[in-house]
Amino acid sequence: MTSTQIRIKSRRPWTPSQIVLTLIGVAVSAVFVTPIAAALFTSLKSEAEAAEIPPHWLPEVWTTQAWRALWETGNVTNWFVNSLVVSVCVTSVVLTVSALAGYGFARTEFRGKSVLMGIVMSGLMISPAVLGVPLFTTVQQMGMVDTYWGMILPQCAPAAMVYILYKFFQGIPRELEEAAFIDGAGRWRVFFTIVVPLARPSLAAVGIFTFIASWNNFLWPYMVTNNPDLMTMPNGIATVMNSYGIQWAQLMAGGLMAGLPLIIVFVFFQRQIVAGVAHTGLAGQ
Amino acid sequence: MTTSAQTVVVPARARTATAVATVRRKQGFQHGGWFVAPFLALFALFVIWPLLRGVYLSFTDANISGEGASFVGLDNYREALNDAAMWDALGHSAYFTLLVVPCITVLAFLLAMLAHNIERGKWLWRLCFFVPFLLPSTVAANMFQWLFTQGIGLINQTFGLDTPWLTDKSYAMLAIVIMTLWWTVGFSFLLYLAALQGIPDHLYEAAKLDGANAWHRMVHITLPMLRNITGLVIALQILASLQLFDQAVVMMDFSPGPELSTRSFVQYTLEQGFTSYRVGYASAMSIIFFVIIAVIALARMWLLRNREEGTR
Repeated sequence: MTSTQIRIKSRRPWTPSQIVLTLIGVAVSAVFVTPIAAALFTSLKSEAEAAEIPPHWLPEVWTTQAWRALWETGNVTNWFVNSLVVSVCVTSVVLTVSALAGYGFARTEFRGKSVLMGIVMSGLMISPAVLGVPLFTTVQQMGMVDTYWGMILPQCAPAAMVYILYKFFQGIPRELEEAAFIDGAGRWRVFFTIVVPLARPSLAAVGIFTFIASWNNFLWPYMVTNNPDLMTMPNGIATVMNSYGIQWAQLMAGGLMAGLPLIIVFVFFQRQIVAGVAHTGLAGQ
Repeated sequence: MTTSAQTVVVPARARTATAVATVRRKQGFQHGGWFVAPFLALFALFVIWPLLRGVYLSFTDANISGEGASFVGLDNYREALNDAAMWDALGHSAYFTLLVVPCITVLAFLLAMLAHNIERGKWLWRLCFFVPFLLPSTVAANMFQWLFTQGIGLINQTFGLDTPWLTDKSYAMLAIVIMTLWWTVGFSFLLYLAALQGIPDHLYEAAKLDGANAWHRMVHITLPMLRNITGLVIALQILASLQLFDQAVVMMDFSPGPELSTRSFVQYTLEQGFTSYRVGYASAMSIIFFVIIAVIALARMWLLRNREEGTR
């Protein structure tokens, strides 16, 4: 009872400026949501209606035909599983190696540290887009074309994530670690029992952004796989569906299926994501 | 350093400080390398090695199988620098970057100000502005391809136009820019939003007491406090925009666009490597591209350093 009263009290009254801002917010949001809504409506039309001229927004006849057709071909489930395997593996490897490396660079000493750090930072400028062809021939040499390894491993060395965590670990007070060292804890113990728990929001942000990037990655899987059975969601939808001639209703249904998992994740975790961005120092404080 | 300073002031802690220094040295030397080793292994294999390999291949006439390549010296580079198609592709990437970066920066800032200042429904604005970024590039590109298609597209229909967005060279890149703004502004928006939330309230309260109006508070508090994040947004966007590929390729049905007008640098490189099987030539272009990006990054560092010196 008391909690509801407090909540009612804390709501501020509508001021004219708040009303104006909220109206602007609604209008701008509508612009952002409209393309997705249009895709949803199109996916609920029949193929014939989706290709009608002139087009209209809402389906005249609502049908789940496109969704069912996609489901029945079975490819989408396949692509979904591939995407999930690739993204989960990439995210776990990236979180592990970049947390370790960020901490190593921020808080330990070893020979050649500053040189290595410089090299890693120059890696910020190199992505599969920049070095696509040589990276492909390297992966080919290792015999990893058309394999999960070939899709996963090259995505696992993002210098940016190391940099973000490095910046964060630098900000942790040294006294916390030192107290533990004096009590006889080793580096690793300190890392796992003190540093990692402190870094949880940053790790969450790094993990979420890695997952988004990996789930949505098009270019690298596109280069490294030809086998439709190994394709991830964005690739399957873009390459295979287009090659049969565009069926718009199915294309939109497939697109929404590919986008939905991340949208659901974001709806549940958005507060943590914004907090994580602020926490990692990405926002520049 | 802080510990040793304390040692002088508080002698009681002296013993602890020496112990800490010893522990720090020992632990650090023993284990420091192992922390970074897993990352460095991956980094060496999938970043450094391809880069070196790219440099080597760029001096050869290697094809896709990598066999029977012979050394051709600087021929690839000479050819690339004289290749009008390469300069065109580079021009398209640069043009795209010039259009997208300022628009995204301003738009992301305005959206963040809006979402930050509306008191109700904060989660809703965050969700609406960020949601396009959660879509795979291919999905977002397919949606806009459909919206822009002449005849069946809802954009022309809604605004009463008959613009050949995807088939005329004067509109094709514009269509890609519009799609990119919608699709990626959410990420920069989120960075700005986090930065806005980090500005301490007491600054605004103090300014209000001094009689500063909303405009003054914006110019003298908000904008200066956002300077770092703006630099970061611009830098990230330049890097991302120069690497234009996904959305252009998908929106143009895996073609280089009307009269090759949307063929980006990355697309041209991949065409040379995977369609024409000219791996040596494609590698030379990759290296040229890497140098361009490195020059931009160095220029940025240099500018930042000068600015810091200026403010001191």
